[in-house]
Parts: sequence; structure tokens; C-alpha cells
Amino acid sequence: MENVRLIEVKEEIMADNNQVAAGVRERLRNTKTLLLNLMSSPGSGKTSLILRTVEGLKGAVKLGVIEADIDSTVDAEKVAARGIPAIQLRTGGFCHLDATMVTQGIDALAAKELDLIIIENVGNLVCPAEFDTGAHKNVMILSVPEGDDKPLKYPLMFTICDVLLVNKIDYLSLSDFDMAALRKRVLTLNSNIRIIEVSCKTGAGIEDWIAWLKKEVDEFK
Amino acid sequence: MHELPITESILKIVLTHAEKNDVRQVMTIHLQVGKLSDLEDEWIQRYFDYLSKGTIAQGAELKIERTPIMLQCNACAASYPVEIANMSDSACPVCGQKDSKLISGREYYIKNMEVQ
Repeated sequence: MENVRLIEVKEEIMADNNQVAAGVRERLRNTKTLLLNLMSSPGSGKTSLILRTVEGLKGAVKLGVIEADIDSTVDAEKVAARGIPAIQLRTGGFCHLDATMVTQGIDALAAKELDLIIIENVGNLVCPAEFDTGAHKNVMILSVPEGDDKPLKYPLMFTICDVLLVNKIDYLSLSDFDMAALRKRVLTLNSNIRIIEVSCKTGAGIEDWIAWLKKEVDEFK
Repeated sequence: MHELPITESILKIVLTHAEKNDVRQVMTIHLQVGKLSDLEDEWIQRYFDYLSKGTIAQGAELKIERTPIMLQCNACAASYPVEIANMSDSACPVCGQKDSKLISGREYYIKNMEVQ
């Protein structure tokens, strides 16, 4: 039998994606466009939050949106109806966006001279956390009906985010969601995360979110 | 669910190294994957078997070493391992502080491979 040899490989499996992501960050740094990656479970309010954000930033920030959906254009149509440039990426069954897919979206928005691009990632608390999209800031939504135990199940997502928006706080009185327990769990995972309680339905807390976002966009200039 | 792109990436790297080293057959590939990754070993192997058909890596066995999740205390800088289920309720075993940062557990790394 032929001799078996050992070859040292020593390579990061994600190296390709990480390199593309770093390129995206630098490219948008040069055009002074802040790229924000918005992640959450399906149905927690990503599109509603984007619509609230469009309203809150009106006249102050030039915004574009990259929508990712497994196979529909519903979300992009809602955003485009508000006069905001929106690109729909169909992920064709993929559970997350990677930096190459995001690059396609940015290319399609490139002519618009935007201050801010929001990526609405695929609804999923697992896979999007593992793939660097090239975003400068990662933001996640957890909605009250999902429960306060999600940091126990999906710690990585909470670990990588700069902001946690706790949405649907108008449901709090109907549920046994423990906000103090949630905060404790999340801050144990990530002491730098900013937690903002909002309701996209009533508008509660949205001004805190908009204030954070405007400050980030201004500082990026 | 993202086993597929990860596996594609593994195969691409393996074939590049195989070509550079005049390999006839890849037999075993040693990987290091952090415990924070939710990838299932069995599924990575199944995807690999599917994707590698007709290449010199066909039939290769993936051996996955799981690297521990390590946190470093922000107060006293001690580092300590945790399990995924305890991460959001962990405290530093040295000083008791809960404020920590993740220092490992997210690895996706190809160490080496056995070839003929």
C-alpha cells in the first residue's frame, strides 16, 4: 500500500467570506455609507422596524435597504412603496446572507450616494450570526412573544450584536415575559450591547432607536 | 442549515492543497470547529460525500475536533470554559463577575489532511 502522507493545511474555512466582508466594510467606509445588518427570527418585526426607521429618518438620512428573502419580494415592495431604494436578494433557500450576496445588493444601490444601508437578513437566529456580511453594525430584534429564554438557546446571536431591540412591548401585559431576566442574560453574554425596548405598532421607544441610529450615521461621516 | 456553504468551502480548500501536493487520494481531513457552531458533524460529512463525488476527495472522512467555548472575565482577565446552555448565566470562577467576553468557540479551521 502506498504511503500515507500528512499535509498541513492550516486554513480558516470562512476565510473567503471574511475577506469579502472586510472589502465591503472598507468600500463603504470610503463612500461614508454605514452598513447595518438587521437580524431576528421570522415575524419579530424586521420589516415593521425598517418602515418605522424610514419614517424616523425622513429628510435627515439617505437610506437604502437590502432585503433577503428565501423566495419572495413582499418585503422589498413594502419598503419601495415608501420611496426608499430597496433591493431584493432571493437567497434561493439559503438560511443567511453572506458577504458576496450583500455585495450584489450594494452594487445595485451604488449609484444612490446613501448615508445608510440596512440589510434585512433572513429570519433566523442561528445561521446569520455565523456569517460576516461586511456590516459595520449588527442589530437584532427579539420580540416579546418569542420569550425571554432566547439568549439561552441562541447565545452567539446576542454575543455579536451592537444593539438588541426588544419589540412588541405592547404585548408585555399579556405575557409572562421577564424583562429583567432577559436583560441579565443578554448583558452576561455581551456587556457592550445596547438594549432598546420598542413597539413598532404603537411607536413606543422608536425615538430612542432613531436617536442611536442618527448618531451612528453622523459619526460615520 | 448552513452546512452546505461551509462544506463547499472545506472542499475547495482541500482540493487546492491536494493539487499543490500531487495527491492521488484524500483519506482523512482534520477540522477544528468551535462548540458555539451549531453544525452537525454527521451532516457535514453527508454534504461532503455529496459534493466531493468524482473528485480526489471522494470517500474522505472528516474528523471534527470540537474546540471549547472560552470566556475571559472583563474584571480579572481569568479565562474559563463554559457550555453553550450556561453561557448567559455564567460567572467568573475566580472573582464571580458576570461581565465577560468570548475568546474562543467560533472556530472553523482545517488543520491537516491524510493523503496518498
